[in-house]
Amino acid sequence: MHTTEITLEVNGETRSVTVRNADTLLYVLRDKLGLTGAKPGCLNGDCGTCTIDVDGNPMKSCLMLAVEVQEAKITTVEGLKYSSLQTEFVDKFAFQCGYCTPGFIMNANALIKQYPHANDMLIKEWLESNICRCTGYKEIEEAVKSALATAQTVLRQQ
Amino acid sequence: MIPYDFAYFKASTAEEAVELYQSLREQGKQPVYYAGGTEIITLGRMKEVYTEAVIDIKGITECQTLQLEQNQLVMGAALPLTKLQEANLFPLLSQTISEIADHTARNKITLGGNLCGNIYYREAVLPLLIADTDVVIAGKSGRRRIPLNSIFDERPCLEDGELLTQLITQSDYLGLPYYSVKKRRQWDVGYPLITVTALKKEGKIRVSFSGVCLFPFRSERIEECLNDTRLNPDDRIERAIQHLPKPISNDVEGSPEYRLFVLKNTLLDVLQALEGETYAHN
Repeated sequence: MHTTEITLEVNGETRSVTVRNADTLLYVLRDKLGLTGAKPGCLNGDCGTCTIDVDGNPMKSCLMLAVEVQEAKITTVEGLKYSSLQTEFVDKFAFQCGYCTPGFIMNANALIKQYPHANDMLIKEWLESNICRCTGYKEIEEAVKSALATAQTVLRQQ
Repeated sequence: MIPYDFAYFKASTAEEAVELYQSLREQGKQPVYYAGGTEIITLGRMKEVYTEAVIDIKGITECQTLQLEQNQLVMGAALPLTKLQEANLFPLLSQTISEIADHTARNKITLGGNLCGNIYYREAVLPLLIADTDVVIAGKSGRRRIPLNSIFDERPCLEDGELLTQLITQSDYLGLPYYSVKKRRQWDVGYPLITVTALKKEGKIRVSFSGVCLFPFRSERIEECLNDTRLNPDDRIERAIQHLPKPISNDVEGSPEYRLFVLKNTLLDVLQALEGETYAHN
């Protein structure tokens, strides 16, 4: 078996783990590091429920090998720790079964950080990467827009 | 989970990658170059792609280049599609790749990976074919820079072990009038029914296609028909589609008849957009 001992920086912590080279980052996060926030969905890069943040960009962890991200900073939904975006998802009832929620949150979190003044077209382009089988898109959109408005207020006050 | 094991190597130069590839081949291995790796992972999971060693090329500086220099745009083959899209140095390419997969996936999918992929749409190649783009290829005998059109036959035809490192487009193509559209059967994300890109250079329309057949293509005979302004637009299009490669795709996205119907109307849109006239759809 081809394995490699890798060191990952996940949610601000340095974690060392031995992985099969063929292991996806999603598998390693969940089964080796116990971070089950990123969900396995299609495992094919289509549904977005495994989305995490890698160096500030949303990435589908089912489309990454763990061995290829050794020098990257990884954030999973566990690393957000009660962010205002998560609060907006609760306040706006932006979930039903909740399975897609971590993926949507990680994608939207990166959007807000990169483009705090994102317009409707940009929001749509980014969030099209995620699927909600409960079809809670309207509430998700409201939560993201509310979080963007909060981010814009914070920027104005700085 | 990918059901087989493979060795993982990360190359820091194209020469190192090529030497590694040759060495692995001499050992009887089946290596692949790995950039975004999305197809290797997803098709590997279903055993539709098999490898015994992946050679990661993302650490090769020239494969990550993105710059305008000496009147040409140099694009590294390992650039993620979103990086190219956001830089928007070649608007036709930006618009075309903005329709590939979805935004998050485009953070991983690379330019060279899309061109050399197994999934046959390879839409990023369409603007490059009509913009006379060159490719830089590293092989065991060194580097060569040649026109993409000269090695493109359904896909870039590289020798075993050759590595596509860069795509280079002359800057006078970057600002030409263009048209790019991806027609899907439904929704805004997913594979195309057809994708058509076009640009106008020196009064002539150039056009390339994906989704029409089981490979992307550009056809000079089609362009000759479309540019024959002695005829009316409908007749030009009717003549043009006689030169389509065969067979026309027939899959869940659409029948050949439906594809041709959509293609004819899309070509009318192309002519309208690039000739500045208003043509009626039949």
